Amino acid sequence: MKPSVAQLRELARRMRIDIVRMLHAAGSGHPGGSLSCIDLLATLFSHEIERTPRNAADPGRDRVVLSKGHAVPALYACLARAGVIEREELWSLRRLGSRLQGHPDVARLPAVEASTGSLGQGMSIAQGMALAGKMARPGFRVFCLVGDGETQEGQMWECAMSAPKFGLSNLTVILDANGGQIDGFTKDVMNIEPIADKMRAFGWRVLEIDGHDFPAILSALDQARAGAAAAGGAPTYILARTVKGQGVSFMAGDYTWHGKAPDTAQAVRALEELGADQGEIAAVKATKPQKG
Amino acid sequence: MPKATRQSFGEALAALGEKEERIVVLDADLSCSTKSELFAKKFPGRFFQMGIAEANMIGAAAGLALAGKVPFACSFACFLTGRFDIIRVSIAYARANVKLVGTHAGIGIGPDGVSQQGTEDLALMRALPGVTVVQPADDRETRQAVEALAAHDGPCYLRLTRQPVDDVHAEGYRFRLGALDVLRPGRDLSLLATGGTVGPALGAAKMLAARGIEAEVINVHTIKPLDVDALARSVSKTGRVVTVEDHTVIGGMGGAVAEALGERHPAPLKRLGLLNVFGESGASDALYEKYGLDAPGIARSVGAWLRP
Repeated sequence: MKPSVAQLRELARRMRIDIVRMLHAAGSGHPGGSLSCIDLLATLFSHEIERTPRNAADPGRDRVVLSKGHAVPALYACLARAGVIEREELWSLRRLGSRLQGHPDVARLPAVEASTGSLGQGMSIAQGMALAGKMARPGFRVFCLVGDGETQEGQMWECAMSAPKFGLSNLTVILDANGGQIDGFTKDVMNIEPIADKMRAFGWRVLEIDGHDFPAILSALDQARAGAAAAGGAPTYILARTVKGQGVSFMAGDYTWHGKAPDTAQAVRALEELGADQGEIAAVKATKPQKG
Repeated sequence: MPKATRQSFGEALAALGEKEERIVVLDADLSCSTKSELFAKKFPGRFFQMGIAEANMIGAAAGLALAGKVPFACSFACFLTGRFDIIRVSIAYARANVKLVGTHAGIGIGPDGVSQQGTEDLALMRALPGVTVVQPADDRETRQAVEALAAHDGPCYLRLTRQPVDDVHAEGYRFRLGALDVLRPGRDLSLLATGGTVGPALGAAKMLAARGIEAEVINVHTIKPLDVDALARSVSKTGRVVTVEDHTVIGGMGGAVAEALGERHPAPLKRLGLLNVFGESGASDALYEKYGLDAPGIARSVGAWLRP
């Protein structure tokens, strides 16, 4: 059953709570980029591909590759809501022996689809899967969430060139354009704009949306799906403008929250803003964060 | 008849494509050199021309493997393994079932010079957990190695020569992945070679025999995992080891042997190969002569080491 916009909004709110709790317990990680992409991922996993424990290992499944691997708490939150992993396992993030590694590890946890985290690599992997998807009967689709910072990597542009050549209409790349990276604002570190023009020039069908506007996300995914059904078409590139740290006031728009975890007081404040119930807040207060 | 192992590879892959439908092949604008073009002509729908963009090719191969295909990704050894981090994370860490094929191994490629000569690729690929590293010595072995690697579930690196190499195996030879291949028994030293230096090592053994030195010539076709048991058996008999490879002596086959024996069965050891230097342009034969990798050069080095 496809969720409504109101249900998606509620799902994403709960996943933001999961992300904050995961990162607090882990004592390290990347909140900014996890919170910026969660509305996109929540919609993908619950509405577009409808991931379930039953279809998670189906060879013909549609796949989601998280190229910006540091945002993996968002991916784990989606897998937990889909029932592919237990929610309790989320609190093992980054701990010794956990399948929930600091960046996606497909050998330990196949549901993450690819091992990423060295930036710029996921789009090529997704492209390879899309090639296989085109050869399969029936075919399957591949979605790849990329970051604007990693778009500075040369490999991304190699892939930007090759995916249209192969007519990979079953490939949809979603750019989480949150405008920030470790050392500063992306426009200052190494500007990637005008990214829509560049991708169009490379032969992609480019859609530009507000990455926190659920009707807009759904509409873009509808268009990508229509494009995938057309033969020999271009791959789709959804340029989603987002806010780093979206949903937590003191993180929103602040790139210094790229790669540090909230302490207990900050996590409690974040959970209160996100409307977490007293049980969640008590659980955070009772949790001793791992020392990096 | 002398034949380049890249040619044997191309023919074997094209033949294997009929039996194994999961095989797909990628190349980065060198298919006429790596000989993946033989597969491409036969199975155009299963061949992906990726252009001069090796990183993207390696990533695409990872994705194809993760989706159940058996991709062979081909380029020159240096260009392929030069994209080390892509291989490391997208393939090795993911345990993606990709077969990386690096042709134009070593100074044996000749006149094109250093930028095209893969002389550190074994060291790079050996360092990656779970990656099987194979370098066959002749046509028969290459054909069987291609089949064995296609059947092996896991990332592999196959290293091949541009230059023709002599047959070192007779009809009926059976390649065993992960096993040392003793080509000639001997009692005085274990002479380990791989790829393009196996033929010259056999030639050197004949020259040494004329001087009363009996070398046990061993073809190390599987550099990782190394057959340490068989290695220790040979060395416990001969007492000393010489390794010879068209690759830097740092971290390659000689390095692997030194590491293994150092822990398991310490013995006097001499590594022949590129001695912490790059190669240069020149005819293949002339380069092997200059760098001491031809039969007389190997015999000379061994003789001088044994009887200074």
